[in-house]
Amino acid sequence: MSQNTKNYYLPGASFWPLIASIALFLMAAGFSMSLNDMAIGTSILIAGGVVFAYLLFGWFADVVKESVSGFYNKQVDASFRWSMGWFIFSEVMFFASFFGALFYIRNVSLDWIEAGKVWPDFVAVWPTAGPAATEALVGMGPWGLPAINTVILLISGATLTYAHWGLMKDNRKQTIIGLLLTIALGVIFLYLQVHEYAEAAFTMAGSGIYGSTFYLLTGFHGLHVTMGTIMLAVILFRIMKGHFDSHNHFGFEAVAWYWHFVDVVWLLLFIFVYWL
Amino acid sequence: MSTTTATHHDDHGDHGHPTGIMRWVASTNHKDIGTLYLWFSFFMFLFAGAMALGIRAELFQPGLQFLEPEQFNRLTTLHGLIMIFGAIMPAFVGFANWMVPMMIGAPDMAFPRLNNMSFWLLIPAALLLIGSIFVPGGAIAGGWTMYPPLSIQQGMAMDMTIFAIHILGISSIVGSINIITTILNLRAPGMGLMKMPLFIWTWLITAFLLIASMPILAGAITMMLTDRHFGTSFFDAAGGGDPVLFQHVFWFFGHPEVYIMILPAFGIVSTIIPAFARKPLFGYASMVYATSAIALLSFVVWAHHMFTTGMPVAGQLFFMYSTMLISIPTGVKVFNWIATMWRGSMTFETPMLFSIAFVFLFTLGGFSGLVLAILPVDIQLQDTYYVVAHFHYVLFSGAAMSIMAGVYYWLPKWTGHMYDETLGKWHFWLTTIAFNITFFPMHFTGLAGMPRRVPDYALQFAEFNMISSLGAFALGISQLLFLYVVIKCIRGGEKAAANPWEGAEGLEWTVPSPAPFHTFETPPTVK
Repeated sequence: MSQNTKNYYLPGASFWPLIASIALFLMAAGFSMSLNDMAIGTSILIAGGVVFAYLLFGWFADVVKESVSGFYNKQVDASFRWSMGWFIFSEVMFFASFFGALFYIRNVSLDWIEAGKVWPDFVAVWPTAGPAATEALVGMGPWGLPAINTVILLISGATLTYAHWGLMKDNRKQTIIGLLLTIALGVIFLYLQVHEYAEAAFTMAGSGIYGSTFYLLTGFHGLHVTMGTIMLAVILFRIMKGHFDSHNHFGFEAVAWYWHFVDVVWLLLFIFVYWL
Repeated sequence: MSTTTATHHDDHGDHGHPTGIMRWVASTNHKDIGTLYLWFSFFMFLFAGAMALGIRAELFQPGLQFLEPEQFNRLTTLHGLIMIFGAIMPAFVGFANWMVPMMIGAPDMAFPRLNNMSFWLLIPAALLLIGSIFVPGGAIAGGWTMYPPLSIQQGMAMDMTIFAIHILGISSIVGSINIITTILNLRAPGMGLMKMPLFIWTWLITAFLLIASMPILAGAITMMLTDRHFGTSFFDAAGGGDPVLFQHVFWFFGHPEVYIMILPAFGIVSTIIPAFARKPLFGYASMVYATSAIALLSFVVWAHHMFTTGMPVAGQLFFMYSTMLISIPTGVKVFNWIATMWRGSMTFETPMLFSIAFVFLFTLGGFSGLVLAILPVDIQLQDTYYVVAHFHYVLFSGAAMSIMAGVYYWLPKWTGHMYDETLGKWHFWLTTIAFNITFFPMHFTGLAGMPRRVPDYALQFAEFNMISSLGAFALGISQLLFLYVVIKCIRGGEKAAANPWEGAEGLEWTVPSPAPFHTFETPPTVK
């Protein structure tokens, strides 16, 4: 039940928040157990994941239904815009913690390890697997796959804008073509990224600080691209169902903001992780 | 499970919202969710307070009496984590839930369902933290700051704590986005930013700090998780990493976090003092700028927590001076509170008593903070009881006592009844006196060199520790009186008028007490 007063939209009672907390509890408890070699952990983790997927479907279905029924006025639209902006800011800060770690290690720690002489032969160079490593580490150069991936993501930003222009003109065909291209580019990016991981001369475990920063930074970025691609697919589906028009399409814009954010993170990765 | 039925979307007013347990579990009402937050935080306060009493019982006498050293360390660790994430922060979010929509003339929060999710995520986090006591190896014992390499070596409890903090982080970020959006987008017509009550300003800035800093903590504990289980070397020098890196990332979150726990307190006190001094707040605009300045400075002072763990001298000096700079905007605030009271026609009801105690005792905590900011002094005092005294003066007599002030101030609006003024004053005096008995001696033991987080101590500290322990038990028991006063007020008492305080201003006092289920269905106009 929702109480729609004259001036505001207020959703009614909802069980989704409780289901969210159950899902996260199962996932956290299950993951803790499986990390500590308790056999039942993985099953609990998967059960939590299923509940979480159910939650996402159900809650977003409610929101889409309310949106399509025209419950959301201008004020709700502005709330969505503010909140999506702040959410992306929180994501920026999440990546900032890993970039900060990378800069600190490269500019401060490695020199200290060299100066400390606990490992007398260690020389602070980048890339490094650390003073205890027995062989030299070959890093990932920028001008192979990473450069291609950069071009792919930059083009995907353009195709997404092309789709947006289509939406503004109520040209559904253009929107669908633009979105399909963007999704395809996202999938190709992810495929190449997996290929890069498979071909890399180093792994996350046991390749010291280079492997640690490389895989966490590019890995979290890859997760975000995966999320963004799924979100774009949902938007494509909603466009085909006719949920958006030239005036009312914040769902599309929110995902586009997110996609551009992921794009910018990649450019920083390309510069600081692959290139410099 | 269809939670939305289109047929009821034009319902007005109060009928049709769920009753019984569903009212709470499925709530989308900011007042109910605020109540849930406040009760949750109070029980966590008692729970973590009981842990502190365990600590004080052990420290009553030198030698080991009740606890193994490992258990003692578990208690200090969980006491810190639960007080910060389970008691202080949820209490302020509870205030935000209750008061933000009422103070800005909105019907509810911008996202009522997400609001409820922010609360219900606290439950799994609390279950994980408390459950970690019972897993093999016991709860984490390396301190609430979770420094590696100790935290890398802990058992399963560390993983549960990491996930608990991840969930708390999601809750905080979602809650903060909600509060920020509500404040920026749902204000009544005519309420410009510089007309907002100061409590709203402090929460706006707090929410910004939360959104900026919680993801940093998430990053830090994610690196810890991968170091523990997935072979990375962020905090391991043998792999080219650095344990000090964790401290930098942690305190980049941790120092804004400190202000997250004090800015809403500033807001509450800035609301209460004008009401009982019967004068408008002195220097409103300077309060806003001072709060913003504190928030921005909070991002460039973090390494004063780690003066002794390795840093170039230039870095130490930078962080020393930037830390001292914070005393300027804070001084502006203290000056403004005192100037507000200056020549006011003051009365001393319980909320005012707590607020005046806040100004006095928080300032003491601020001064000891200034002492600790001085690099050579800090190198002496790092990890002594002087630090413990300092942060309890800002966190208990600062944050927690402002929460008590706020509860007494707004209880009539929440319940529709006046609280028992006599008992309230008893609670105030018992709390304030017991608090000082507990924590003031710690300045002396700390200056004399007693290290924190150690269950035993040298004989010369025995008297002061005995005094502290007696004070701590009095402080703990006094809070049961608080519980009694609140329950008594909920169950009955003198009927409260719409504005029971002569000098109180603000939109929340224009609606009846208790406030109706939806406060402002049509926005009020603010002149």
